[in-house]
Amino acid sequence: MTFSGVVGIITVVALVLILSIPLGGYIHRVFTGERSWFEPIFAPFERLLYRLIGVNPKVEMDWKVYIKSLLILNFVMALFVYLVFRLQGVLPLNPDGVPSMNWALAFNTAASFVSNTNWQSYAGESSMSYLGQMVAITYLQFTTAATGVVAAIAFVRGVVANRSSSLGNFWIDLIKVHTRLLLPLAVVLAIVFVGLGVPETLQGAASVHTLQGASQIISRGPVASLEAIKQLGTNGGGYFNANSAHPFENPSTITDVLQILAMALIPTALIATFARFIKNRRQGVVLYVLLTSTLLIGAFVVYANEAIGNPMLHHLLGLSGPNMEGKEVRFGVGLSSLFTAATTAFTTGAVNNMHDSLMPISGLIPLLFMMFNTVFGGIGAGLLNILMFLVITVFLSGLMVGRTPEIFGKKIEAREIKLATAAMLVHPFVILIPTAVALVTKAGTSSILNPGLHGLSEVLYAFTSAAANNGSAFAGLNANTTFYNVLLGLVIMIGRYVSIVAMFAMAGSLAKKAVIPESVGTLRTDTYAFGGVFVAVVVIVGALTFFPALAIGPIGEHLQMWAGHLTR
Amino acid sequence: MINVWRSLRFLVVSVVLLGVIYPVVITGIGQLVFPFQANGSMVSLNGRIVGSELIAQAVTSPGLFHPRPSAVNYAANGSGGSNLGSTNPALVKEVQANIANVEKHNPGTLVSSIPTSMVESSGSGLDPDISIRDAMIQIPRIAAATGLSQSALKNLVAHYEQGPFLGIWGHSMVNVMQLNLAIKREAQ
Amino acid sequence: MAKSSVTTMSGAMVSRAIVDSFKKLDPRIMVKSPVMFVVEVGFVITLLLSFDPNLFGGNYGPHSGERAFNIVVTVILFITVLFGNFAEAIAEGRGKAQAESLRKAKTDLSANRKKADGSYETVAATTLRKDDVVRVIAGEMIPADGEVIQGLGSVDESAITGESAAVIRGAGGDFSSVTGGTKLLSDELIIRVTANPGESFLDKMIGLVEGASRQKTPNELALSVLLAGLTLIFLIVVDTLEPMAIYVHGKIDVATLIALLVCLIPTTIGALLSAIGIAGMDRVIRFNVIAKSGKAVEAAGDVNTLILDKTGTITIGNRLASEFVAVGRHTEKELIELAVLSSLFDETPEGRSVVDLGKEKGVSFVREKYHDAENVEFSADTRMSGLTLVDGTMVRKGAVDAISRHVIERGGSIPEDLREKTDRIAMEGGTPLAVVREKEIYGLIYLKDIVKSGMRERFEELRKMGIKTVMCTGDNPLTAATIAKEAGVDDFIAEAKPEDKMRLIKEEQALGKLVAMSGDGTNDAPALAQADVGLAMNTGTPAAKEAGNMVDLDSDPTKLIEVVSIGKQLLITRGAITTFSIANDVAKYFAIIPAIFLYVLPQLGALNIMALTSQRSAILSALIFNAVIIPLLIPLAMKGVKYRPMSATSMLMRNILLYGIGGVIAPFVGIKLIDIIITWLGMANI
Repeated sequence: MTFSGVVGIITVVALVLILSIPLGGYIHRVFTGERSWFEPIFAPFERLLYRLIGVNPKVEMDWKVYIKSLLILNFVMALFVYLVFRLQGVLPLNPDGVPSMNWALAFNTAASFVSNTNWQSYAGESSMSYLGQMVAITYLQFTTAATGVVAAIAFVRGVVANRSSSLGNFWIDLIKVHTRLLLPLAVVLAIVFVGLGVPETLQGAASVHTLQGASQIISRGPVASLEAIKQLGTNGGGYFNANSAHPFENPSTITDVLQILAMALIPTALIATFARFIKNRRQGVVLYVLLTSTLLIGAFVVYANEAIGNPMLHHLLGLSGPNMEGKEVRFGVGLSSLFTAATTAFTTGAVNNMHDSLMPISGLIPLLFMMFNTVFGGIGAGLLNILMFLVITVFLSGLMVGRTPEIFGKKIEAREIKLATAAMLVHPFVILIPTAVALVTKAGTSSILNPGLHGLSEVLYAFTSAAANNGSAFAGLNANTTFYNVLLGLVIMIGRYVSIVAMFAMAGSLAKKAVIPESVGTLRTDTYAFGGVFVAVVVIVGALTFFPALAIGPIGEHLQMWAGHLTR
Repeated sequence: MINVWRSLRFLVVSVVLLGVIYPVVITGIGQLVFPFQANGSMVSLNGRIVGSELIAQAVTSPGLFHPRPSAVNYAANGSGGSNLGSTNPALVKEVQANIANVEKHNPGTLVSSIPTSMVESSGSGLDPDISIRDAMIQIPRIAAATGLSQSALKNLVAHYEQGPFLGIWGHSMVNVMQLNLAIKREAQ
Repeated sequence: MAKSSVTTMSGAMVSRAIVDSFKKLDPRIMVKSPVMFVVEVGFVITLLLSFDPNLFGGNYGPHSGERAFNIVVTVILFITVLFGNFAEAIAEGRGKAQAESLRKAKTDLSANRKKADGSYETVAATTLRKDDVVRVIAGEMIPADGEVIQGLGSVDESAITGESAAVIRGAGGDFSSVTGGTKLLSDELIIRVTANPGESFLDKMIGLVEGASRQKTPNELALSVLLAGLTLIFLIVVDTLEPMAIYVHGKIDVATLIALLVCLIPTTIGALLSAIGIAGMDRVIRFNVIAKSGKAVEAAGDVNTLILDKTGTITIGNRLASEFVAVGRHTEKELIELAVLSSLFDETPEGRSVVDLGKEKGVSFVREKYHDAENVEFSADTRMSGLTLVDGTMVRKGAVDAISRHVIERGGSIPEDLREKTDRIAMEGGTPLAVVREKEIYGLIYLKDIVKSGMRERFEELRKMGIKTVMCTGDNPLTAATIAKEAGVDDFIAEAKPEDKMRLIKEEQALGKLVAMSGDGTNDAPALAQADVGLAMNTGTPAAKEAGNMVDLDSDPTKLIEVVSIGKQLLITRGAITTFSIANDVAKYFAIIPAIFLYVLPQLGALNIMALTSQRSAILSALIFNAVIIPLLIPLAMKGVKYRPMSATSMLMRNILLYGIGGVIAPFVGIKLIDIIITWLGMANI
């Protein structure tokens, strides 16, 4: 670790906070219907879209109608992109002659992209046509991010509602996220990316004769437009196989910093939005402090382990220095470590270094962040998860202070706990059970690249990433098999939709309750004491559930590595 | 049913807007304002495109700088890393081979002086940059092969060195393509 | 149910609880507590494995020690289940003992029932139905719950309240309610029966204390869901561990997996949950308050607003003379003489206090000397009382406006300083009584409402709990404000009518607040029903008792404060033991995980930070700790976690420190100690 590396990491995180707070206020204004400076541009455009889609902006929806619209749209979109993947070989805009996908890969990719997971069993440059990159990948990276935002906003509306059942109008919310948030930001960022070296062309791959006279085929395409929304929407589905480690996706140190900022921006801003909705600034500050510290701790643990480097290479070969396997020189260890922590904290899933080649404890951090799924979390979904854990924390601490627990003035009763528990159960279910299945079946173990405990980590990482809708991978695992495509696809869907539906049901139930005014006896949730309990609950529920798996995965590997044990 | 119909309408409108108009508009702006970058930062030597400044290519000639090891053999249409775990014997084997390779091409190099980035595969397999120490190790070989003086090569490295951005982000490094193009031009 | 009767556990109670804990092993009963049911299922499986260690595959030879290990695990699991059952049984045992003492009051009673023709027949009390009319004479037991419709008598209610002092019960008003099983000491009462057999107050109480009608409270329900969820999670964790172990070439026997599962699921709270609930109800009962449901007790813990009547609750109920204020040119001495004279035959507490205060100031009259004088009692019409002396002189004291009118009617004049002095007294919260002789006003008697001692401190406590107190009084706003200030309540409603109380409750509830109130009169019944916690006085009317969800047998309205504390304590105890239970898992992981993988992953031994002796001693120590902690926490579950009024955040900090951090540390110490003992016994390698 170097001093400048530490300063670099802290500076990026500080920039995130500085940018996110005003943006959070802006998002709040968007969803409370306040006029913005660009109203003369936005409003007529939105009216046009409403007319084209046929929505009545005056209709209010209760939770059931809202979630139904959300689920049906998701289904329709999934079906559409599935067809695109299956037929891309014969569709236009395919200059490199990429073939159509088989059903399992197409299912996996459709499930993955419609759920904002963006797990990629395919390699972009060789398996996705330009049309697919545009109308499926780039497209869904907008709408699914928007879906996450509106889900979170609808839930928060439920929290602050006083004996009302309305959560807003799904279509209006969805369109506004696009027109007022994602699209303007993406356009600006995409153009900046092009300027900094990210290609944006509809020409096919370039075939060149290298300096030595060999031939090299250089894949390219409309990368910048995808890259911008990939990060802004915490998607992470890259254009190329190497994702943000690829020099075309992420050509320089400065684009790397921009990518981290872009992925962190909206999830972080949503905390500020939330604080505005509940009219409690302190709540926002407490969450900011706790989550930011967790993010930084994670980043520094990765940084420290990577900076020390691989003790076995030192021991056996006399090589010393930081672990650069799977890393790019232009990012170095510092920004690679921060990227690793951030991409799993914000559940983006983009990678600028190969996680499979991280030191075991460095690999533990992204695993933990995905298991927690609350260190800011993905766009919208993160806030939902934070609220789910807040509900559980409030319940336990409410009991501890002798009051029926209440969160933001709403009583938490058996129904809410039932729904929060259901949401909480999703992770252990879809991470541990498929991991266990994969580890004892031939179909599961034959895809593993690295032997020994690291192989277990590869499988565990895959299902954790799918369940948390992250999308990053220990990419040594060959996930493009029918077994993994189907299993991961299912895990992704359950991980996304079961918890969203459970949280929506809770929003509906909370919305109908009366707001209880605060008194001296009310347990404040905007204190560091409560925040500490919140972190403890997240860590203990996360760690207790996955501790055995982690013990024989990364923790065991770490102990073996330092004991000088080379996997047989 | 109304939801399905509305979803379909939304799908059509949004696919056109976000999947077609948005990327096409960005492409238009990119091609217009930043044509070099938008087309992949292609560089040419003597009027012939020899590759992308951003994409490493296989270089084995002793008279040129060698890029970092690539797990995908510099396939710019199939990027990727080795994905070898830190306790995988294959990793040790791979790094061992890379060290041997460095030692072979740059005789007299001590293992302890080799930067890890020089013998460990990059993430993309296409890392266009090398560290300054990496470049310095290669200079005697290149000087011998090309007849350029070591100090001229050192100046070249210093000229193309990219510092850590703002002093806090990234490391000192140098782009291999830029160096090699300069050497080629020098040689002419 | 005397207060002291069942505060300690007797030997008989313990032995009965032991018997009950075996009866509760019935899976149909166990399944109600999913956590403990899982333990019981685990016990059955290990029991089978004790007979045949290779039942689920495996290849354990006779010398592998596997059978011995299975047997030990089986025994510990069995004890764990028993401990859980014992906790519940002992909590119920207290209730049963109380119920028995209540049943004694319900021995075969007979009744004199009025027939249609007006004559009385003797029937068994069990045949009495609602609206039957019975006659009870002194010395007889009152056969059923009812309302006195005729007569007045003193009743010994000690069977129910434990208070030996007799109470007066009579027709009409708010003291007309009698309870079956109590004894009439004097006179004769005609009673209309208000409850059918099996539905009487006594029956309800017996049912409540026995826990027969106990239903899970909302918070308990929510907690049960969470615990079931956690159990399910750990079931998945343990089930998936075996395949993962196989992948790393390890092997875990079934008994060890079950041991791990039982250690991880929240058995501590699972075992104590119902005991905590029962004990909570029991604590309420020991305060001589009967809660009609556990929900009411829990709701009491959440109360935001407490509505209390001023009279009898906040003040001692009688206004007493505290000062004489002369007006005009009259001296204090003249005033005192006249005031005492006017009160000479006044037997009301106010009147007596005037005489007493006069005596203190050195003025006393001999009553006999005024024997011929005519005593004029207070009437609502004249609003004054006093004497008319033999010579016709009228000496009166009374409401200032009534006296003033009286004087003006007689052509007298009102002293200039009367109004000012009247206002001052009213402002200070007192009640001024004017004293007049003929048409001459001499001055004022300052009657003062005396706030009960200690009330201020209690309201202060309530404020710390975040509870707002509202005083209800019929006094004028000025008087009410002064008393409110003196007592330290947060708010008051003056000149309150019963509808005002109702309105206040509804207003507060509309703001989302929970309201508690106490009441006794029939006109309180709607408000008692509307309030979230309605504490009815046992002396109150049947309507009031029916409407409230708690009945205070001592008829002490300030009990509400205790009930609030108990409600909070109930929740805190549950929360604390849940937190403790979950926090325990950390240490158990550190004991068991390295032990399980000892042979395949010796490096994991680095996680064995307790340095436990062997694989099996580590697993057994964790399992034994898990079992032993249950009986160790029974006293806490029964007594409840101490509740002190303080801010919610500091209480959270305190309890997290105690039960959260403590819950992480305690098992490290405990498991290590048990491991030392096991090693010392030479059983570490069974």
